[in-house]
Amino acid sequence: MLQILTDGLVIGSVVSLGAIGLSLTFSILRFANFGHGELLAWGAYLAFTALAMFAAVMPLQGAAPIAPFSFGWPLLAAMALSAVFTARLVLALDWLLFKRLRKQGAITLVIASFGAALALRNLLLFFYGGIPRYYSQELQIAISLLPRSVWGGMRITPDQLFVLGLTAVTVIALHLFLQRSTLGRAMRATSLNPQLARVAGIDPERVLRAAWIIGGMLAAVAGVFAGLTVQLRPTLGLDLLLPLFAAVILGGIGSVWGAVLGGLIVGLAESAAVSVVGAEYRAAAAFAVLIAILLVRPTGIFGEKA
Amino acid sequence: MADLMSQMTGWLSYGSFFLVFAGSFAIIVLGLNLQWGYTGLFNVGVAGFVAVGAYTSAILTTPDAPERIGGFGWPVAAGWLMAMAASGLCSLLVGLVALRLRHDYLAITTFGIAVTIQLVATNAQGLTGGPFGVQFIPKPLQGWLGTGLPWTLGYLALVLALLALAYGALERLVRSPWGRVLRAIREDEDAAASLGKRAFVFRLQSFVIGGALMGLGGAVYAHFVGYIAPEDFLPILTFQLWAMLIVGGSGNNRGALLGAFVVWGFWTAAGGLLRGVVPQAEQARAAALQVVLIGALIALMLVLRPRGIVGEEVTVSRER
Repeated sequence: MLQILTDGLVIGSVVSLGAIGLSLTFSILRFANFGHGELLAWGAYLAFTALAMFAAVMPLQGAAPIAPFSFGWPLLAAMALSAVFTARLVLALDWLLFKRLRKQGAITLVIASFGAALALRNLLLFFYGGIPRYYSQELQIAISLLPRSVWGGMRITPDQLFVLGLTAVTVIALHLFLQRSTLGRAMRATSLNPQLARVAGIDPERVLRAAWIIGGMLAAVAGVFAGLTVQLRPTLGLDLLLPLFAAVILGGIGSVWGAVLGGLIVGLAESAAVSVVGAEYRAAAAFAVLIAILLVRPTGIFGEKA
Repeated sequence: MADLMSQMTGWLSYGSFFLVFAGSFAIIVLGLNLQWGYTGLFNVGVAGFVAVGAYTSAILTTPDAPERIGGFGWPVAAGWLMAMAASGLCSLLVGLVALRLRHDYLAITTFGIAVTIQLVATNAQGLTGGPFGVQFIPKPLQGWLGTGLPWTLGYLALVLALLALAYGALERLVRSPWGRVLRAIREDEDAAASLGKRAFVFRLQSFVIGGALMGLGGAVYAHFVGYIAPEDFLPILTFQLWAMLIVGGSGNNRGALLGAFVVWGFWTAAGGLLRGVVPQAEQARAAALQVVLIGALIALMLVLRPRGIVGEEVTVSRER
């Protein structure tokens, strides 16, 4: 019982972080970006490359992992680098494709994002091949938080704890940014009413850029977490896309806390599905959540407009 | 002389293979064009609806198979009709959930159903044969035309006849008052609603008819190849079909037909070229590049010529 909860929260953290970015771009750019999953995948692989480069430049230093974790500081540095480059990647994509199509309406953007996703995914396959990869070959022993006698017990690896902790920190930091900073306020204003925001002197291009950058960086972190807790494979983005969308709609488009809650619920649904119907139908759990929310409350938990 | 003959036969057989595939895709693209081109419904799960049609007909018409349900040995024509019915039903269910909501919800829902159908195809081994797929799908007319070139040509004739039938029916439909309402809803839903047209009902009808055509296309494909497996219906198929519609010109049935043949030609040529140039060991990577290429093609088309090769027909009301 409790183990389902733990696993669900870990899966949910990855989905939440990805969903926040998707939700932000969804509400500010006003289209469903089918390429968002690929940003997670690219983030994960860019960190993999950065890690390999660190190892090549400094073979001895940093080779030892930090105490309980399977990774050392190089992975943290690689994650930061990957966040920067993923943001660059998505800005380049915007400049190359989305910017030129913005006038043609949301659905053209959706088609374009679908095409971009396919191209990005297959570029990953081209560069890295189809074999699953890992950041570290270290084996981790799960630590027991609760003994088996308490509702089946609860075990978690240090890496998973790290993912949970860093997700919480990131979400709170983002919340503070959106609530307190001028740029954050401008972003929320644009998402609520673009015309009025423009009248108030907010530069829409600057807000779009910020949304892409934040979305890209969060996607990179989520991708690294997915790589750390599961594995790296070129279909990582495709497999996460449906959970991401389910989380965004469940939480309500544009709501940060909605995306977090939605992500956690989708994660829990997936981990419950694994223990009830088996791992092979795990991806269908997100679809079930999506259909349920569309039937019951299509605006999502925290959403106001449909 | 005999050499020339066999070479001719080879070309003829290659050409008819190509045309049968392009023809089955064209049937699907016609369905997609009704949904997107005429009604503005964005379906990202085309491969899923195609798969439902292909599997339905395959399961109903194959000879008895002990390892899975089905193998009912139905006649092929009945299988095809049921394929259309099954895909249509699937579209109805998706449409009922998503068509009342904003348009990107339909995109996300159709994406989800395609993922789920893919999961069922891969894992419900007792129904779909799992990763091994369904084999021995009967090839119609084979008792009559044999297995070689005559059969391929006969099947090609059948596909082209079906395509002509679908094209003719759709042309009549979109030019009928019903078709005009579709376009009116696509352009301005409120205006159409103020004239008493219930947008949801018309959208649902268009979505179901389009879905049924996708199922038919899938069944036609399955009975030509004789074998289907889950990897025949990956998202890449959806994307190829979309590329066909966008390149040809959505909102125009002739554009949809043209796009199917042009893009399938481009795809096979690019594949052949990469296979010829790239060494054996790198073939898998070359296949990935082939997909990137078609992704770039669709993006380029959207940026440079969003109306496609043919573009939508201009319809002007005649003055009275």
